[in-house]
Amino acid sequence: MNIAVVVRQVPDLIESLDIDSTASALDWESISFIVNECDDHALEQALLLKEANGGTVSVVAFDFGDVENTLYTAAAKGAERLVKIPCETHRHPSPWTAASWYAQVIRDLAADLVLVGVQAHDEFDGVLAPALATALSMPYLGVIRGVQAGSRPTTVAACKEFPRAVRARMEIELPAVLGILGADRPPRYVPVSRIRNAMNTVHFEEPGLNVPLGESPVSVCRLYPPVSGTHAEMIAGSEAEAADRIADILVEKGLLS
Amino acid sequence: MITTSTNTGEELLERLSRAESGESPWGCMQCGLCAASCPLGDAMQLRPRDLILQLLAGNVDRVLQSPSLWMCVGCYTCSLRCPRGIELTDGLWPALRDSSMQAGFQPPAELQETFQNLFKYGNTLGKSPRQRLAWAKDLNVPVRDLSKDPCRVDVLWLVGCYPSYYPRNQLVTRAWARILTKLGVSWGVLGAAEKSVGECERLFGEEGLFETLVEENRKLFDQHEFAQLLTLDPHAYRALQAFYPRYGAWYPVQHYTMFLAERMPQLQSLIVRPVEATVTYHDNCCVGRRCASYDAPRLLLQLIPGIKLVEMQRHHEDALCCGGGGGGMWLDGHIVAHGGHRLSDDRVLQADATGADVLAVSCPYELSRFEDAAKVAGLEQRLKVRDIIELLAESMELGEGSVA
Repeated sequence: MNIAVVVRQVPDLIESLDIDSTASALDWESISFIVNECDDHALEQALLLKEANGGTVSVVAFDFGDVENTLYTAAAKGAERLVKIPCETHRHPSPWTAASWYAQVIRDLAADLVLVGVQAHDEFDGVLAPALATALSMPYLGVIRGVQAGSRPTTVAACKEFPRAVRARMEIELPAVLGILGADRPPRYVPVSRIRNAMNTVHFEEPGLNVPLGESPVSVCRLYPPVSGTHAEMIAGSEAEAADRIADILVEKGLLS
Repeated sequence: MITTSTNTGEELLERLSRAESGESPWGCMQCGLCAASCPLGDAMQLRPRDLILQLLAGNVDRVLQSPSLWMCVGCYTCSLRCPRGIELTDGLWPALRDSSMQAGFQPPAELQETFQNLFKYGNTLGKSPRQRLAWAKDLNVPVRDLSKDPCRVDVLWLVGCYPSYYPRNQLVTRAWARILTKLGVSWGVLGAAEKSVGECERLFGEEGLFETLVEENRKLFDQHEFAQLLTLDPHAYRALQAFYPRYGAWYPVQHYTMFLAERMPQLQSLIVRPVEATVTYHDNCCVGRRCASYDAPRLLLQLIPGIKLVEMQRHHEDALCCGGGGGGMWLDGHIVAHGGHRLSDDRVLQADATGADVLAVSCPYELSRFEDAAKVAGLEQRLKVRDIIELLAESMELGEGSVA
């Protein structure tokens, strides 16, 4: 099974997010990046599938942020092919533009299965996973928590999660795109020595593309920083006094009568 | 991915023989002193001697996937008591942990997060490097950030992760800045450029991470002119003194207790008021048991008028570990889940038994560990935990509040 995984860089929320002088965009210069959590799960799921059933794992990413460390880490974990798409804008294009570029690369990889995080916290005008399925003309299943081999070599079985934690096991014909919420197990830790080794031995594939940002049908009028509401109440006094105050609060909020 | 280790037990022991300065683990005579001395030995399925025995028996995977492998808190008791001089703490445990991870076994999840924080942000707490100097906000002495204002200083102070970010430790950090300034020392810090020294990660077998930190720190230190490094962290002191030189990175370094002990007359002249308290001192494992520096902290405490120094039943070389070393700071959950307990809970009871008002410490990990333990034991009203720096700052009228 040829598995392609899309791995995105998203703003790292350990830093404060500043709004630029236009008031309609983030100040991208002040942002540091981190791998998108759902994409990290998608990579783990791909590696688990490969280890259980054979095949190859290819990782595709736009070239900005901390992408090289992300790709070296993927290689250290067991990914075979690492594709870095040149990107002058140093940030992720809109999902619709990104999908068309990812699709070009993934077609060349002849992937049977495409795994991508079901969401990223910097998406605001659509989500990549279904857009990518559309661009590849493949069927799509989203909000997936776990993937195993299917009953036939041309299928995989995916566990889809619905509200109230209802789960459905579905079998889908390949090729297909799956939007991953979580892998069968948490992303693995790989020792730094292996990442360092990958830095010295692994080569990236860099297709001759250069991605324009593209026009999005959606434009941002204005971004607003979060506004502090009422702050937490620090409850002082003895344990009994604190318990009384907590009980009063629960009554005030209508949770106790 | 779990892969069967390709190393045999004998190969692992051979690797250990070559890697460490102590006697070869081949010399282990199974006397059991290490197991009996280990403060968490009762909870370990495989104690130090068992690890060696299992390796000799060829049960490599049993060793590499044992939860016991992640229960050592780096107290050095087994290493110091081993009659054959086998370097267990610095040698056996890190090598086996490294082998475990290389074989595909996963370290405890809380430790993975710490490792990832260090690799990505250069600090154990997963905080923004840009906030490294948050502790200095509104401080009433100048803090020279050498990353922005490079100049020659006598002392390059490596502030450390907990002292930089953890609110309780920041009080100590601020007091130390005032003391250094009062002493007239020319000092600077690295600000946002500072990274963890990485000692706990070395002990936890993440050799690649430790090497990365050594390389980055070496490059950083070499950009600056200074006479010596200074740290509040005994673990950082140990790493810089003993392990950085192995990578060709040699720098004069002192733990702050050693630095102050060399300036006793000057320090004494700056003390202006007594601190009325009965104080017991907890010897940390790195500067104490491992480096045998026991006098400096006690001399500093005795310098303060009003302090009556009393010893716990276990002190000096026999002191009980706080349980935070070697990465134990992040592994309380793992240790308790596998039948162990927090050593800091025992230690505050030992401190309380002396009748002391104050448990004095000289390691950034110990403040939060002992304060938590005192709360668990219901002792927080009668046993205060204070860094020696705080007691000195109080007696020099440089503190931010009363100590008792």
